Amino acid sequence: MATAQALFRTCPRTGLQFHKSAESLIKLNAVAAVVTLLVGGLLALLLVLTRWQAIHLIDADNFYLYLTAHGLDMLVAWIIFFEIAILYFCSSTLLRCRLATPRIAWLAFALMVIGTVTYNVAIFSGSATVMMTSYVPMPAHPAFYLGLILFAVGALIGCFVFLGTLVVAKAEKTYEGSIPLVTFGALTACIIAIFTIASGAIILIPTWLWSVGYIKHIDPAMYRVIWWAFGHSSQQINVSAHVAVWYAIAAIVFGARPMSERVSRTAFFLYICFLQLASAHHILADPAVGTEWKIFNTSYAMYLAVLASMIHGLTVPGAIEVAQREKGFTKGMFEWLRKAPWGNPVFSGMFISLLGFGFLGGISGVMMGTEQLNMIIHNTIYVPGHFHATVVLGTTLAFMAITYFLLPTLFNREMILPGWAKWQPYVFGIGMGVFTLAMMGAGTLGVPRRHWDITFAGASLPYEYPGTALLMLAICGISGVIAVIGGAMYIIITVGTLLFGKKLDAGAYTTSITPLRLPVQAALSGHGGHGGGFAAPGTFVLALVFLTAFVLYYFVNWKYLSTVWGLS
Amino acid sequence: MSAILPPQQRIWWKQPIDKVELIWITIAFVWCMVMFFMMPYWHVYGRQNLSPETYRVKPELFQRAAQEMADKYTVRTETDEKIPVVAPPAGSDVYLIARLWSFWPILELKKGETYRLHLSSMDYQHGFSLQPENINVQVLPGYQHVITIQPNRSGSYAIVCNEFCGIGHHKMVSRLYVKD
Repeated sequence: MATAQALFRTCPRTGLQFHKSAESLIKLNAVAAVVTLLVGGLLALLLVLTRWQAIHLIDADNFYLYLTAHGLDMLVAWIIFFEIAILYFCSSTLLRCRLATPRIAWLAFALMVIGTVTYNVAIFSGSATVMMTSYVPMPAHPAFYLGLILFAVGALIGCFVFLGTLVVAKAEKTYEGSIPLVTFGALTACIIAIFTIASGAIILIPTWLWSVGYIKHIDPAMYRVIWWAFGHSSQQINVSAHVAVWYAIAAIVFGARPMSERVSRTAFFLYICFLQLASAHHILADPAVGTEWKIFNTSYAMYLAVLASMIHGLTVPGAIEVAQREKGFTKGMFEWLRKAPWGNPVFSGMFISLLGFGFLGGISGVMMGTEQLNMIIHNTIYVPGHFHATVVLGTTLAFMAITYFLLPTLFNREMILPGWAKWQPYVFGIGMGVFTLAMMGAGTLGVPRRHWDITFAGASLPYEYPGTALLMLAICGISGVIAVIGGAMYIIITVGTLLFGKKLDAGAYTTSITPLRLPVQAALSGHGGHGGGFAAPGTFVLALVFLTAFVLYYFVNWKYLSTVWGLS
Repeated sequence: MSAILPPQQRIWWKQPIDKVELIWITIAFVWCMVMFFMMPYWHVYGRQNLSPETYRVKPELFQRAAQEMADKYTVRTETDEKIPVVAPPAGSDVYLIARLWSFWPILELKKGETYRLHLSSMDYQHGFSLQPENINVQVLPGYQHVITIQPNRSGSYAIVCNEFCGIGHHKMVSRLYVKD
């Protein structure tokens, strides 16, 4: 029944096929994401201008309030709305099938919107300034926890709609063989999302009951352990999603194929197996958890997850290199990279995302996840430095890059301000890259995170941070403003395009599914076994540069640790 | 086949692996193993490890222990609030209370000696951040965390709260002295 009524259109430019209901839901989730990005971005501007001590713009009450709202609107709403859009795209569009249960997908969207509004109202009314982590026993208004729970339930339903769509595609035989690698990556994100949200429910539901008075006591150590099973793993939804987006962009821009399906899929599978345990690294400086527990979870689980990221870090640019070499860019190590379309924001955004996530986010993440090194990093501004490299430079920039592909394809609009779009990934990426480095620098000098005034004006026992720390925060301020400008350019381009962009031919809706036109691949065989040759030498050199930076920085940190007080 | 299309070979898990991938995976795995062994190695040979020694404690009892220490070893008071500066003997148990929005008391330690530092909070979660040394430990209410510390440089240190604990968070800063 449902199949007979379903309407599909084929994008005349890309050949991608959209199911009408899925199309509306992808659009809506993406638009909701951009709206929350706008809110979070405005707050970001106020925050960077406050931590820049020379300007110190807003007062303490509002600073902490905005910081809470910024964290939740960016990490929860912007990213997860966009991820739900990606899940629907990777299932219904890539598999050329109808979206399962569109009505329930609408319900999911409604719950997520209601949840976002609810927790934002709680925060902006001033009764839930508890940060993203909302550590007990610091109380927030019950509406805060309730809003988060509603949002999570909505996202969970979205995940099940995605899984249902995979089932529909399989049952209706809309594709042959296995699901595409990008869909596989989205499936990884979905599986991680499901167990993450389960952890969130285990801790947020009792915390909500505690906030309304039904539960007397929530143990702070237990709260932290379970909260982080949700808090960190949820970031791994983003990693899986943005790695899937990297592969998608490599495929869209270069027609690149994965070097080896086996390697790339196994790397995704490692995320599923090990990420939940790796959340333990947030509790390394905590009492009440044993040393063996800390070492086991971080060393064994996290490094296998790190291994997965290191694999993707090679295979994504590797696939691009192979595709470029097949097009004839074979001169030297790096002609393939030099001749890449650096003016195309879809590619440049993706590549800056890859470099930033790997070099800045990946390496700093491993430092924080090492039991002893964590002591010289825990709760300093190094921590937001790390996660701005991963989720802003990595995830957000990857999502921005794919947006430039989706504007004509999904929204059927010609992009306005193409000149701006060309520069946007650079402005945002470089601003954010310097911002994260300066934050990490300030953190190394001991500057705390979530802190309104590190000059301690008015405190009875003052302390002065070294001048370099204040300089670092000033650099944070300047580069943060540049990153916000890059973010604003993205919003102006996308919203402007939706409102004023020239309408493009959308293709007609029909009730039949256009079968997949498999491109002729006679000349291009699979990459596996390139006759023993080195398929991607340039990428391998880049990977070795990365490894060298990683090893050096790792041991520099141990050296630094060895100079602090003896502790045992 | 492209990453947005189904794999060309149905049995994709039998697709051979490129040499470049295999070499990189081997290198990356070896590096992961090096990092794997660094933590236990440092527990055996390194000098900076966080103790897992923790007890559940009622805030009143912890406060009483801190008060007893202060009664015995206070050498002077500082600031308008008359915060006691406590110089307990080397090797002893020293207590530090974190509460909204101060640390209590001020400790005066001797360089090169070891102390058993007990940390606990009276209310919310706080952060113990020793500056400019940059040692950072989470402080939870209801738990007392015991860390054996050995100051290796003399001077005046600051203890900054680095876990958000409400509106006075940024004024929650205290001092710690290390004497030669």
